[in-house]
Parts: sequence; C-alpha cells; structure tokens
Amino acid sequence: MTLTVSELTIHHGAICAINNVSFSVAKGQLTAVIGANGAGKTTLLRALSGLNKSTQGHATWNEHNLLHSKPESIVRHGVSHVSEGKAVIPELTVNENLELGAIWRKNKQEARETKEQITSIFPRLGERLSQRADSLSGGERQMLAIGRALMSKPQLLLLDEPSLGLAPLVIEQIFQTIRDLTTSMGLTVVLVEQNAMGALKIADFGVVLNLGKVAVTGTAQSLMADPQVRAAYLGY
Amino acid sequence: MVVVHKLQNLRFRTAIGFSFIGLFVFFLSNIVDEWRSFQGATVAVYVVAIASIILLTGYSGQISLGHGALLAIGAYAAALAQIYAHLPIWLCFVTAVLVTAFFGALLGVAAARLSGPYLAGTTLALAVGLPSIASQFSFLGGEQGISFSVGWPPLSLGSDFTQYKWFFWIATIAALIMMWFVRNILHSRYGRMWRAVKSNAVAAELTGIRIGASKVLAFTISSGVAGLAGALLAMITNNVSPSAFPLALSFSLATGAVLSGVNTLGGVMIGSLALVAIPEIASSASNLWSGSENTAMLLPELIVSALLILTVFLAPKGPIEKLRARHHR
Amino acid sequence: MFQFINTLLIGITAGSIYSLMAIAIVLVWRSTRVVNFAQGGLALASSFVGASILAREISFWIALPLAMIAGALFSALTEYFLLRPLLKRSGDKGEEIFLPIIATLGLLGIIKTILNFTYGDRIGSIPPPISDRGFVVGGQVIALSPMRVLILGIVLVLMVLLTYLFQKTNLGLSLRASSYAPEISRLAGVRVDLIRTAGWAISGAAGAAAGILQTTNGSGAISPESFEFSLLLVFGFVAAVIGGIESLIGAVLGGLTLGIILAFILMYLGGSLVFFSAFLILIVILIVRPQGIIGVKGGRRA
Repeated sequence: MTLTVSELTIHHGAICAINNVSFSVAKGQLTAVIGANGAGKTTLLRALSGLNKSTQGHATWNEHNLLHSKPESIVRHGVSHVSEGKAVIPELTVNENLELGAIWRKNKQEARETKEQITSIFPRLGERLSQRADSLSGGERQMLAIGRALMSKPQLLLLDEPSLGLAPLVIEQIFQTIRDLTTSMGLTVVLVEQNAMGALKIADFGVVLNLGKVAVTGTAQSLMADPQVRAAYLGY
Repeated sequence: MVVVHKLQNLRFRTAIGFSFIGLFVFFLSNIVDEWRSFQGATVAVYVVAIASIILLTGYSGQISLGHGALLAIGAYAAALAQIYAHLPIWLCFVTAVLVTAFFGALLGVAAARLSGPYLAGTTLALAVGLPSIASQFSFLGGEQGISFSVGWPPLSLGSDFTQYKWFFWIATIAALIMMWFVRNILHSRYGRMWRAVKSNAVAAELTGIRIGASKVLAFTISSGVAGLAGALLAMITNNVSPSAFPLALSFSLATGAVLSGVNTLGGVMIGSLALVAIPEIASSASNLWSGSENTAMLLPELIVSALLILTVFLAPKGPIEKLRARHHR
Repeated sequence: MFQFINTLLIGITAGSIYSLMAIAIVLVWRSTRVVNFAQGGLALASSFVGASILAREISFWIALPLAMIAGALFSALTEYFLLRPLLKRSGDKGEEIFLPIIATLGLLGIIKTILNFTYGDRIGSIPPPISDRGFVVGGQVIALSPMRVLILGIVLVLMVLLTYLFQKTNLGLSLRASSYAPEISRLAGVRVDLIRTAGWAISGAAGAAAGILQTTNGSGAISPESFEFSLLLVFGFVAAVIGGIESLIGAVLGGLTLGIILAFILMYLGGSLVFFSAFLILIVILIVRPQGIIGVKGGRRA
C-alpha cells in the first residue's frame, strides 16, 4: 500500500505548475511536502484528488489511479483530502460536518463508532456538536476539518497547509495531533506545508518542491540537517 | 495627430457605411410590395430594440427580460404626446425616447445593485407588471388602447407612395439615425467604460470608474433607444394597447439579441431578420408539407426556441464572434 | 370587517400556492445557483399530465402525486441535459452567467410548442376534488372552503416534509452541503452532480403541485397559453426573494406575505394594479432588505 507519484506534470495554461515530479510514500509514514509559495504544493494535492484534469504522468494509491478519478470517488478508495483554508462548511453544524464525512459509508453502526472515536480525540468538537461551524475558532475549525476527513476511515490522508492562519501555540497542537494520529491509526499522510520546520519535525520523510520540480527528497532528519534546506526554508 | 486622423476615419467610414445602407433600403422600398414594406419596418423596429439590449447586456453586462415594457412606455409616450399635446410626429418620437430614458434611469437606480438572476427576475416582473397598468387608468385607453398615427405620406412623394412604404421609410430613417448614435456611444469612452465594468468590476473601480453611475447610464440610454423602438412599433400598428406588449415580446427580443450575438452590434441584423423571417419561412414550409394550420403557428416558436438553445451551446458569444474565432485559427 | 377577513383568507390561500412555487425556485437556486425560468412551463406540462390522468376518470388523489412525479422527472431531465453541459462550460465568468437563463427561456418555448402540439385547442380540466363552496359562518359565506383548507393543508404538509428532508436526512444534508460547498462535499464523497439532479427533481415536484393547486383554486382549466403559469413563476420568484432566496421557511413566509398583500390590493385598488404591485414589492425588497425576511445580512455571494 503505497502512494506512488511518477513523472507527474501539470500545466495551468501556459505555465508548468508541476514538472516531472516523482516520489513515493510508504505505508504508515508521514511525508512532508515543503516549498515556497507557488512551488506547486497545492496543485500537487489537488491532482491527487482528481480535482485537476490536465495532468500527465501517474499517481497511484493501492494500484488505483488517482489522477483520473472523480473527486467524489477517492474517499471510497481510502483517500481523504483536507483542502487548504479550513475545509469546513460554515453554515452546517459541527455534527453535520462530521456526518458529511461518513455519509457515503454503508455501515452506519461503524460510522457512529468512528464519530465517537473522533470526539474522544477532539473533545472540543464533542462539546460543540450542535453549534454552527462558523462559531468555531481557527484551530477548532482545523480540527473539525481533520475530524471530518477521518470520518471516512481513510488509509491515506492528504493535508493542505493545516497551519495556515493559526496562532503558533495552536499550530503546535495541530501538528502534534497529526503525528499522534499517524502513529495510532496507522495512516499514511502527505502533509503539504509552508511551515517547513513544523512539518519536518513531525515527519518521517520530506519532499522539497521548488518551482514545480522536486529539489530534494530524504528522511526528515537528513533534510533538517541539510544546509541548503536550512538556509532556504528553515531560517538558520 | 495620427489619433485624430484615425478617429475621423472611423466616423467617416461609419457615415459612409450608413449612407450606403440608407440608399440600399431606399432602393429596396421601391421594388417590394406592401407586405414586405411592413416586414421591413418591423425589422427596423427589431434592429433598434435589439441594439438597446446589446448595449445593456452585451456592453454593460446587465440582463433584461423586460424590454417589452420599455417599448410599451415609448409607445404610450409617443401616442400620448400626439393625442394630448398635438406634437408633430418627429417630436413624438423624441418624447418617446426621453420619457422612456427617464423611466430607464429610475429602473437603473433600482437595478444597479442587482445581478444575474435577481436582475432577470426583476425585469421579468416588470414585463409582466407594467403593461397591465394601462387598463387601470382611463387616459391610457384601457384594454383597447389608444391610437397613434403618423398620417399619410406627403403628396410631394407621389401619389402611388403607399402608407406602408411611408412607415418603412420613417422606420428606417429613424433606425439608421438611432443606430448611428448607438454605434458612436458604444465606441466612445462610455462603451469602453461599460465593457471595463462588465469584465472586471473591481479593477474598473480602481481606475476611478463609478460602477453605479455607469450602470444607471447604460440603463438610461438603453431605455431611450428601446423607447424609440416602441414608438416605431406604435406607428406600424397604429395602436397602442397592453396586449401589444405581452411577455412573449420581451422573450422574443432577448432571443433576437442572443441570436445576433449579444456582445457586438454588428450582428444585430441577424437577430432582427430571424425574428421576422422565421414565421414567414415556417408558414411557407408548413404549406409545402400541407400540415395543419396549427403547425404553421407553432413552428416559428419551435424553430426560434431551438435556435436559441443551439446558439447558447454552440456560439455563446454570438454567431459573428464564432465565425471570427474560426477565422483566426 | 367581514371583507377584511375574506381578503385575508383569499390572500393566504393564494399565498400558500406562491410559497410552493417559491420553494421550487429556492430548491433549484440552492442546488445550482441558477433560477430556472422554465419552471412555469415545467409546472404547466406537469399540470397537463395531471389533467390527462384526471380525464381518464382517475381520482385526484392519484393524479396529483403522479403529476408531481412527472414534474420531478421533467425537471431532472432539464438539469441533466440542459444545465449540466452549460454550467460545465461557463463557470463563473461574468460574461456567461446569463447563458443558463437564456437557455431556460429557450426550453420554455419548446415546452409550450410541444404542449400546443399535443393538446392544441383542448383545454385541460382540473376541477377541485372537494367542495370549493365557502363555509357559512354567522349566516354569511366566507372565502374559506374545504378546497381552500385542503390547499393550505397540502402546502403545510409538503413544507413539513421538505424541512424534515433537508434537516434530518442524509439526502438533505448532501443537498445543503453541495449547495454551500460543492468541492468540499465532493472530497467528502458526496456525488454532487447526482445530488443536484435530485434537488431539481424535488423542485419539479413542488412546481407541479403549485401548478395543479393553482388551477383548482382558479378557473379549473388550463391551456397551453395559460398566462397564469408565467404569473406563477413571477410571483413565486418575488415570494422567494421576499423570504430570502436561501431558505425554505423564507419561501413560505414570502409567499404568504405576497399573497396577502396582493389580495388586499386586488380588493381595494383593482385588478390591473396587481401585477405591477408585485414588481414594486420586488424592487422595494431588493433595495431595502435584499437578503429577505429570513436572510442574514451580507449573506452569501450571489
């Protein structure tokens, strides 16, 4: 069960947003994808969810071709994508947002159990079940977004900049939670982040994207030690 | 200096172009019969009406499903000017333009904040709501309406100059003048301003354009133009009543605008001719097939609706733009 | 006093029918952010189906649901064949926002032609299934008849059913989620395209009910040229806007409000001002309180 991306190329009109990117993610590992703004990170994730049709190359998860799937089918293959910018629906309640994540699941009993699991991981969500999602703080919304993604019991979790717009303390919490979830649930995670330091600290592997190309890959440790990476992304 | 020359060139070319059209029409009018003269005058009415929609929707980006109501205002204004103020015909036309423009300004103020379906629905409500008022007030002639007559052609034109030919002439001349005016406005800074607002309102605002004012201006001018169309329609039918301005009229005009290509003035003849020619073709066709009377009446609407949907799918910017795009490949 | 109550009753009955149409409009709006201007035509077609069924001596109580099913079908087909391809092409660019509107106009023309062709001069008849003679209260006949009560009842039941559907079922959750945030819903596994079609189908059913009930409340007869159905669309739209085009409850409130106001205008100012008043009310609401009675200020982007 691996995520394999090979020779992925994506064009936005005349611009080449992703250029011949290849990497793979082993099961149960957390891979951080870092890079500057505009490096193509979000484009990459969107392609992996079938949201981007003008793709060349391959990306497979469990031998399932992700690039040409319909976005609504990826959950049925065990992939959950938390999009950039707090992917919750503000007009719905916390409970409804969570239910939405499991709406496709046939086994309602199991879905209920998953929800209990999630409210015990995120007790603040459990307290606010009947509140509208737009009454939550930034950090709580991010937890809700992740919680909803988990409601479909994914094996592969794609996270797009979960730290965006959050206070530093909250960011630490979120990152720690992501790490704990990866380990406890045996998830395979692709974590796209601008917060390179935070992401690498919790990751097993890292991929550095620069202008649509893979600049470096390696274990998180080695990347954090790499002087060029440190200079460019880690600030020291 | 070069710019000035170019401008003069465009105006000059436009004037020449219009003169040619005028001559052509004059020539036509001498060789066609009464029925064709009537149709020709109707085409002129549609040309003006569709031009007003192109200005409002194609340039200023505001959709209107209620232009029939604006035509009604123009028609009633012209007729009332004649009946109560005894104004000469050309002044009646001017009155129609001004009165409708005034209402258009009011409407524009209300509509300036609306967009898309809200605007469409509002203009639809206007189309349904306005003509029926005439029944309420007696000076508007109630259900039967009031009459509007441009009188007989002057004797100086010869004794065999028929009534409908006279209508055709007046309508064409009025249409040509109005079209010349519209074309100039669309190519002026106002036209550019409307286009700018339509394509990117925020950017336009940043360059100092006041969006609200620009929209109201578009509504005002479009209404004035539509008012003339209404007055011309009154002339042709000699009568102004609520039943002359049903919802179907507004839909026909919107259809004609789409068929013409709502973004540019150039195709305005296409839609106008289509609206007049299709019923004609349809009845000839059903005669050939010896279909029932019923089919003959139904076919035009079917063809027009089908054309509308086809146009929306195949040539959303209008057939002329589509041909141009093909050309450029 | 008596006339006041009568007018009120007439207004409430008519208003509840507008509410149904408003619900249909709101449903389509919330699923696809389009107003289906052919909705009147679709309701007319469904009503003709109902009339044909009635003509075969089948009970009204079967004809109405069947007509609603027909309405759902027609509406779903419209969404699938007309709207979906169009919306795929146009996106949100300012230029092409009115293309769906124009397309629905074209559809309207085609529907009318087909109806004309099929039914020609024949007038469809939808008589009220129960008495529409007013109750006698204190020696006077009031404007409330068993039929009127039935209409109110049907609208109420439909509204309750729809609210339950939207708030308590998975389908309803999918419908709401898809209209608020289609992409997030997709990623959560909702088949948004299918859900949209379902939204249109429900809307078609509501519209069909509105058309049939309006006919029984009015002349009892329909013809392909029925102006009442264009009116129904316009009034339904105004009602939806009054209520705030985002909410079902708003649609009902808007419908009732409009119905009552128009009834009073009809009674005290005369019939020919009614249509124009609807227009004026629309303009006033859009200027003074564009989000409608229920809507939240600054609400959703249009």
